[in-house]
Amino acid sequence: MSAEAFLQIRNVVKDFDGNRAVDNVSIDIAKGEVFALLGSSGCGKTTLLRMLAGFETPTSGTITLEGRDLAGLPPYARPMNMMFQSYALFPHLTVADNIAFGLKRDGLPAAEIAARVEAMLKLVQLGAYAKRKPHQLSGGQQQRVALARSLAKKPHLLLLDEPLGALDKKLREETQMELANIIEDVGVTCVMVTHDQEEAMTMASRIAVMSQGRFLQVGAPAEIYETPTSRFVADFIGNVNLMDGKLVEDEADHVIVDCGDLRHWVGHGITGTLGMAVTVAVRPEKIRIAAEPPEPEAGVPDAGFNRVQGTVKDMAYFGSFTVYHLQLASGRIVKISQGNTERQSATLTWGDSAWASWSPLSQVVLTQ
Amino acid sequence: MSALRRWLAGRAAVVGIPYVWLAVFFLLPFLVVAKISVSEMETTTFKDIVAWKDGAIAFSLNFGNYLLLVQDSLYFSTFVSSLKYAAVTTLLCLTIGYPFAYFMARARATLQPALLMLVMLPFWTSFLLRVYAWKALLTEHGLVAEAIEALGLDRALAALGLVPGAGQLMNTPFSLVLGMTYTYLPFMILPLYSNLAKMDLRLLEAASDLGATAWTAFWKITVPLSRAGIVAGAMLVFIPCVGEYVIPELLGGPQTQMIGRTLWDEFFSNNDWPMACAVAVTMVLLVIVPVAVFSRYQAEVQERRT
Repeated sequence: MSAEAFLQIRNVVKDFDGNRAVDNVSIDIAKGEVFALLGSSGCGKTTLLRMLAGFETPTSGTITLEGRDLAGLPPYARPMNMMFQSYALFPHLTVADNIAFGLKRDGLPAAEIAARVEAMLKLVQLGAYAKRKPHQLSGGQQQRVALARSLAKKPHLLLLDEPLGALDKKLREETQMELANIIEDVGVTCVMVTHDQEEAMTMASRIAVMSQGRFLQVGAPAEIYETPTSRFVADFIGNVNLMDGKLVEDEADHVIVDCGDLRHWVGHGITGTLGMAVTVAVRPEKIRIAAEPPEPEAGVPDAGFNRVQGTVKDMAYFGSFTVYHLQLASGRIVKISQGNTERQSATLTWGDSAWASWSPLSQVVLTQ
Repeated sequence: MSALRRWLAGRAAVVGIPYVWLAVFFLLPFLVVAKISVSEMETTTFKDIVAWKDGAIAFSLNFGNYLLLVQDSLYFSTFVSSLKYAAVTTLLCLTIGYPFAYFMARARATLQPALLMLVMLPFWTSFLLRVYAWKALLTEHGLVAEAIEALGLDRALAALGLVPGAGQLMNTPFSLVLGMTYTYLPFMILPLYSNLAKMDLRLLEAASDLGATAWTAFWKITVPLSRAGIVAGAMLVFIPCVGEYVIPELLGGPQTQMIGRTLWDEFFSNNDWPMACAVAVTMVLLVIVPVAVFSRYQAEVQERRT
């Protein structure tokens, strides 16, 4: 960790009545980063965000922004603004007055405030709605007003609390990109809280997966997805097949994991000892399904590895892809997701016997 | 079809009952009062406005009472002083009641029912008894009077012209306003409390986040958002205060002539019913104006919510 990080969180702990909400979290966030705190409810992510904003005081630890310790600084004196999950728009003020609220507190001249409000309205494309009251706007528009209000003061750090949480699914997808674009245009450093992994993946440059007040893994979205370091992270982010097994061969260029009903040939070494219990994680989209027994995968010595037969127990058609649940003789279910790249490509159906196979580079071996 | 008709009839009944109630018990008596106010006095009783005389129906509307109300400065000043005392009481109730309601609404949730109970507790004793109690408290050597004198506040009140002299607290504008403020304070606190308790506290966090100190957030967010509560409380205090009779009678003095007492005097001392009715009609009209403003404001709020 470099000493001159933009935002430094050092050994931050927060206790509520004896319950530890945030447990010794440390992280450096660089200028311009969009950093997501991802976790299910109660994992401490919101508490951490509220400590950044100044609504909660850390029990111990320090938070430094641009080299300045934020301890003791009330929310109104911090050079950061927050977009609230509920938006918290002032119902008695117009859209323009909501956006101007923070600027007026700074005592800026009226002309400057007006110009800034106009620029913000333009940024979120709500110019025509300046005179409306919040209740006259749709959920998506309210969300944009909230964003404009939190950006109006040109905060050094933007805090987003579940920025899309209050929108319905369709609107979410549209807004997600738009929000990401605006944040990128403005170039503001951003810490966001979300329980939605998709939201975190599309918007953030780095993600911290949180559970029980701790950071389990911090990394770029692809890193978190493709190389999770723990069962929890692998399971939390996206869909995954987790197969518990034993390390039976450990070489520099490959390892073999015996899971009982199937055997994994993993095309990379791991640090472990023979016989240790491990979990192999394979993403459903990395497994191929076929009616006929497939050729052994490239890099796998023989057909005894990375290949298994079962019957299609369940299938769900999602349009662009189909999810199959292949039941093995042992009872284990293997989830497979197959892209529908050709029309009418699905030939398998319920009860069919089918083969699943995967490449020796597709697995992640988890030791915790 | 008949089901629909029955449903409509049921609806009409539900909507109609309050209207019928108001028509029978407010509008009708009011019209009677209005009628009396324009009739003429005949020694001990008043004449009907429609009379059968010499084979002709004669209508006689006598607006002399209303003319007198405008011309006689006594009536005019009575109205003004009623409005003045009601306004002062309302302001005092707001000043005392707002912080009270605010801290009640922000108190621990488990504590709030008890606090609410304490506000309503005085209602368990007769209003008349409580006003009489003030008489005993404020009279010479009364508990409160002694305390005020010990603190030297009576001299300050005298300097402000609220009491005629040090040591004379009863039957003064001071005792009147004190009694009215005491009596009507709960009517200010309750609507304010219910309004403030509903407020979304995240708005204050948002204000704080945007650079507002607690004080600024209070004036810019809390107060504007509690406007409906302020208006409701003010109306509940102001309207009954204008027509208040008992408190001015028991705690007021010669300086504090109010409409309620004038009404009483006209009815029972002067036995001049038409004049009394004219005073009553004028008072109703005076009070209806703020009520109309209030209901228009409420309608606006309603519209804003939907």
